[in-house]
Amino acid sequence: MLNLKIEREPAPLWLRLLIPVIAVVVTFALVSVLILWAGASPFDAVYQLLIHPLTRTSARADILMMATPILLTGVAVAVAFVCGYYNIGAEGQLYAGAIFAAWVGVNAEGLPPVVAIGLMLIAGFLAGMIWALLPALLKSWLSVDEVVTTLLLNSVMLFIVSALLNGPWRDPVSGWPQSPTIALNAQFPVLIARSRVHLGFIIAVVSALSVWWMLARTRFGLELRAIGKNREAAQFLGIPVRRRVLTAALISGGIAGLAGVGEVGGIHYYLIGSLSPGFGYTGIIVATLGALTMPGVMLSALFLALINRGAISANRELDVPVYLSDVIQAALLLVTLAVLLLNRYRIRWGR
Amino acid sequence: MPPIIEMRGITKRFGALTANDGIDFSIEPGEIHALLGENGAGKSTLMKILYGLYQPDSGDVRINGQPVRLTSPAEAIANGIGFVSQHFALVPKFTVAENVVLGHEGSRTLHPTAMSTRVMETAASLRLLIDVNAVVGRLSVGEQQRVEILKALYRDCKVLIMDEPTAVLAPGDIAALFDILRVLQGRGMAVIIITHKLDEVFAISQRVTVLRLGKVVGEVRTQDSTPAALAQMMVGRQTVAVARNSDHRRQDAVKLDVRDLRLTDRRGGLRLRGLSLEVRGGEIVGVAGVAGNGQSELVSVLTGMAAPDSGSVTVGGAPLPFRDPKAVSRLKVARIPEDRLKGVIGDLSVQDNLMLESVEGFTRMGHLDRARIRANAEALIRAFQIKAAPTDLARTLSGGNIQKIILARSLGHAPEVVIAAQPTRGLDIGATEYVHQKLLEQKERGAAILLISEDLEEILLLSDRIVVIYEGRIAGTFAAQDARIDQIGALMTGAHPHA
Ligand SMILES: Nc1ncnc2c1ncn2[C@@H]1O[C@H](COP(=O)(O)OP(=O)(O)OP(=O)(O)O)[C@@H](O)[C@H]1O
Ligand SMILES: [Mg+2]
Repeated sequence: MLNLKIEREPAPLWLRLLIPVIAVVVTFALVSVLILWAGASPFDAVYQLLIHPLTRTSARADILMMATPILLTGVAVAVAFVCGYYNIGAEGQLYAGAIFAAWVGVNAEGLPPVVAIGLMLIAGFLAGMIWALLPALLKSWLSVDEVVTTLLLNSVMLFIVSALLNGPWRDPVSGWPQSPTIALNAQFPVLIARSRVHLGFIIAVVSALSVWWMLARTRFGLELRAIGKNREAAQFLGIPVRRRVLTAALISGGIAGLAGVGEVGGIHYYLIGSLSPGFGYTGIIVATLGALTMPGVMLSALFLALINRGAISANRELDVPVYLSDVIQAALLLVTLAVLLLNRYRIRWGR
Repeated sequence: MPPIIEMRGITKRFGALTANDGIDFSIEPGEIHALLGENGAGKSTLMKILYGLYQPDSGDVRINGQPVRLTSPAEAIANGIGFVSQHFALVPKFTVAENVVLGHEGSRTLHPTAMSTRVMETAASLRLLIDVNAVVGRLSVGEQQRVEILKALYRDCKVLIMDEPTAVLAPGDIAALFDILRVLQGRGMAVIIITHKLDEVFAISQRVTVLRLGKVVGEVRTQDSTPAALAQMMVGRQTVAVARNSDHRRQDAVKLDVRDLRLTDRRGGLRLRGLSLEVRGGEIVGVAGVAGNGQSELVSVLTGMAAPDSGSVTVGGAPLPFRDPKAVSRLKVARIPEDRLKGVIGDLSVQDNLMLESVEGFTRMGHLDRARIRANAEALIRAFQIKAAPTDLARTLSGGNIQKIILARSLGHAPEVVIAAQPTRGLDIGATEYVHQKLLEQKERGAAILLISEDLEEILLLSDRIVVIYEGRIAGTFAAQDARIDQIGALMTGAHPHA
């Protein structure tokens, strides 16, 4: 049918690098309307959002902390998207990881920290994989649309979490719907003194680098990319498409599970229902903004974390609602998609 | 008569490559103008510039003497230019009329009957035979092409560009297409046609422009030239003697044995009805037939993409697994698919495409051996004269060079059996010649070759034996020595042979 790939002109490198910048500028232009409406000056707001957090040590540390879970979910989503498996279920997989991690952590009394934390990570990865398994199998056996199944399982997971927290795991001391606190030796070490940047940040960066290496340098990664670019040709070339996609879906789930482990082990030290304010969904934005490449995913995770942190400053200084950052993220996603699309059809500025 | 289109000094670069280098090109109303050149010479690029798909780096385009800037197909259409590309842009679920009107509705509300009447009028006035209420997905390739032409005409085009229109057509459809083009010509339209077949150039065009390496090397009146002269102009040297298969003596053991294949398609139609054939080592068996008689299905089964309802295939005595492309290529079956886009991943590099089929040979514990991948690509690029660098994205190559990737990948590794489906579709004379040579080399090596082609001449040129496929089974077999075109032709159309 219509074959645009061959007709379209590849965008020059400078333009591809410029895309995120264009997207950000356009987004802020759009959002300034809202900021004006909220009674603040857009220039002050941009300063508070993008510059101010970078000027202070504690805020800089906050950015790293905030980037941790969304870097992991971003990497998770990207792994799946690369081969054309649209895993929208990182949120549920994150909670699955958090449940297992909390269970291991609570029962880790007396273990050396390395062992306790190692077990939590393994358990969390496994849990994410298990939660990703059903949609992945349905997809590879029956071609059931994974977008629907992974999304639905997110809600199922929220029910499971709340059932757990209101039933067997209700904190015996406070009676709050939160799990018991994990053992001290299972709590993640803090990386930067007087901050909440924890071991999870290193795990996130290592995950991103490993996936980077995997996609670029391994047979498995090349095959995933081939499947994502042209499924039929990949099949023709003898790539076991279903099996590869299934594996990618499980890896994606596992990495999303690690994000849950990090929040339990490094931030809260127990499981609560509000552990994630949608990190799984933010992962989709991170992966898309990063154009499914690992350097891009790392940068966009940091950038979104910056906006999140900046929204807190802006709220404090200018009294604009903190939800501003959510609005910006959503707008940024839409604008990026639009710019990407335009770019695919080649934009030319005069001659 | 003044030219309706005049392109002057058109230059277009892609990175370091100059695809069009100062090209002058013009066409007059009522003229059919052939554009000729080797694969990668820059023909499609020049036409895409005229259709506003690409912007030239320099040079200008005049329509009726007026300079215009065509920055999008919409502008080209508004200027009376129509483009029928090799890959049709039709909505399969829409009717012919809907497809034709789409994007050119004229008003916000659509009146189905008025719409189809208008389309029918356009078609009738041009003596285009087509049912405007038919659903496009059900039409044959030739009919879909007619829809594309109708689409252009409905938008009132004065200049019709056709990029390799005959590459996808069966011989009968080609004649029908040429009849249509003559009608258009009679009405003063200008037609630009790209083709690699010299006999077609002489059958239809009044003028020829020949491109080589992005430059115009000649512009002549067709009647003042000869096929040999044009061929020489195209390749820039005396053309080599035609490679042909004249040694039919060798008879090795049967290497490819196809028994009683039956296959039902998704819509429940019987596509293969007990098809059997065998190919011996050192033998080329040509499958002749009108498109749509089961060739595609046969190729799908043999290349590991589809499973038949019943029947068996053995390769060198070993059963060929169905729906397992990897296993098929492990049995040393070289596969040349009929649709290039299904054999090459456009968004991956040339070097990746050249190794993916045998990826296990390029990995150490799952880790890609980049040095070996590159060396493999460089060797194959040299051996098969692919015009590309190893790291170029495959989709930036010209059609012929994409086909060479497939050839290099499949023939580069000493196959036992070769399944060649339309191996020279869209290739220029030199490249076609080259493919024929490679197939003959494989025959000499002792490989069993099954050649499926809609080009009867190609089949006659290369085959030791010719089988005719009709309605999903083999309707007749001929030894090359005593193959008679009239008999083959009769069998192809389902008539009984009177031997
Ligand atoms: N979008 C693109 N990006 C980079 N290079 C391109 C692009 N399009 C074409 N080229 C290059 O420009 C040259 C001319 O290509 P073009 O498609 O015009 O050839 P052609 O004459 O139509 O060949 P064919 O007969 O094989 O269709 C080729 O070397 C091709 O690789
Ligand atoms: Mg072309």
